[in-house]
Formats: sequence, structure tokens, C-alpha cells
Amino acid sequence: MGYLLGLIVVLGALWLGLSGIYEPLLLTLSVISIAISILLAARLETVDREGVPYARTPQLFAYWAWLLVEIFKANWPVIKACVRADLDINPALVKVKTRCESDFAKTIFANSITLTPGTVTVEVEGDKLLVHALFEEEATPDSFAEMDERSARAADGRKSSKGEVTA
Amino acid sequence: MPEVMDVIMAVKPVLGAFLCLVGAGLAIIGTVGVLRFPDFYTRLHAASITDTGAATLTLVGMALLAPTWLIVFKLAAIWLFLFLTGPTGSHALANAAHTAGLQPVIGRQRDGAGADDEGGA
Repeated sequence: MGYLLGLIVVLGALWLGLSGIYEPLLLTLSVISIAISILLAARLETVDREGVPYARTPQLFAYWAWLLVEIFKANWPVIKACVRADLDINPALVKVKTRCESDFAKTIFANSITLTPGTVTVEVEGDKLLVHALFEEEATPDSFAEMDERSARAADGRKSSKGEVTA
Repeated sequence: MPEVMDVIMAVKPVLGAFLCLVGAGLAIIGTVGVLRFPDFYTRLHAASITDTGAATLTLVGMALLAPTWLIVFKLAAIWLFLFLTGPTGSHALANAAHTAGLQPVIGRQRDGAGADDEGGA
């Protein structure tokens, strides 16, 4: 029930922000469209913890702020590689082990890796991610450890020490 | 306090235009990278500059140029969806290439002859 309420609030806020015309007719239409969206989401059975993760909004936004800084730091070497006169890159495929357990946390971690310039997640299998990196020397397991831990905490809200329990 | 607001209102359009320009420059750099890099996977990395850095700077610049908060909200929504869908698309491409058996170029790539680069400025 809480998930449904969260979805209604977020959809309503989105509609109000995107429309900007607050007349009775359009507000009625908004209620109808939100109702249809909720109906479709319920029929798809996506109204659950992973489909409606708004309860964790503060943690997710905190993680996002950290990720933004990382993205901008990672942009720099790739920009340099693009514009320097001599092509000088060292691409590699590396395996990264993750401590994220839920699919939601894994999705966040894999998407974060892909979002960061210079690394792309090619495949996810169990708790191992196949990552293609533009510079082998920057794609060490340590370089992903902090992102892994932070995304696990943001999505699941548990301390990383518990990550060892299930393999 | 009104003076501070005046200064902010005067600086805002200049800063916005500057950020849009920097974002456009990053998009061009990303395109150059896409054209220069040797194989599919490395080109994906160059494209991610356009996806992240260029898009963010351009959208922040546009938000500074926006006349009303409603437009700022829309730009923020665009940015949010771009950051959620961008990596999903990149991953789908990379995963499809990997599944189809495309082997990435591995190891140090150098073309030490910067002098004969036809694009060299």
C-alpha cells in the first residue's frame, strides 16, 4: 500500500511539474492518466520494493551526488585520450566481484560503472561483472570497491560486512 | 540584498551561455573520440562523454538561461531520465556485441606518429 501511495505522489508531482496549466479540465485529465498508469503498473506487478524505490530516496540521492563527482573526475582522462595527438589507450576486459545482493543494488552498481566514462559493464553473471575498460591501469578491483560498497548501502541499506553471508 | 540579486541576475545568463558552450565542446570531443578509437567497445567509452559530461553541462547551462522554474523542473526531469536510460542503452549495446561474439581489441594501442595525423590541428 505504501508503494502505491509513493507512486501516486511521484506521478502527481511529475504531472504538475510538467504541465504548468492548472485548470479543472486538465487536472481531471491528470487524475485519469495517473489512474491508468497505476493500473498498468499494478497489472505488470512492478509496484514493489524494486519498482517503487522511493522509500530510499534520500540515500539514493546522496549516492547520486557522490557518483556525479566520480563521473566528472572520470571524464577527464577519457577527454584527454580523445584529443591528444597520439592515440594512447590500453583497453582491457576485467572481472569485478560485487557484494551487492539484490537485483536493484546490482543494477545500480552496473549502471554506475557504465555511466562512468572509461568503463562499461558488458555482462552480469551472478555476483561477477564483466567490465570493459579504456585504461587497464585504472580498472583495478580496488577502484570499484568504494562504488560497490556505496551502491550496496544506498540500495539495500545494510552494512557491507553482511555481504559475505550469501554467495 | 537587492544588489546581490542584481549581480546574480546579471551573471546568470553569461554563466548559462558559457556552460552550454563548454557542453557543446565536450560533445564535439566525444564525437572526435568516437571517430578515432579503434574498435566498438572503445568507441562506446568516447560516446559516454557526450552522455554524461556534455549533457549535464548543457542542461545546467539551459537551466540558468530558463525564464521560469517550470522549465528548470523539466530540464531536471530530462537529466534524471537521461542518466537512468543512458547507461542502460550503452550496456544493451555492449552486451549484444559481446553475446554476438565481437572480440574487443585488448592491450596498449599506440599510433606513435602524431605528425601524420590528418586531423592534427
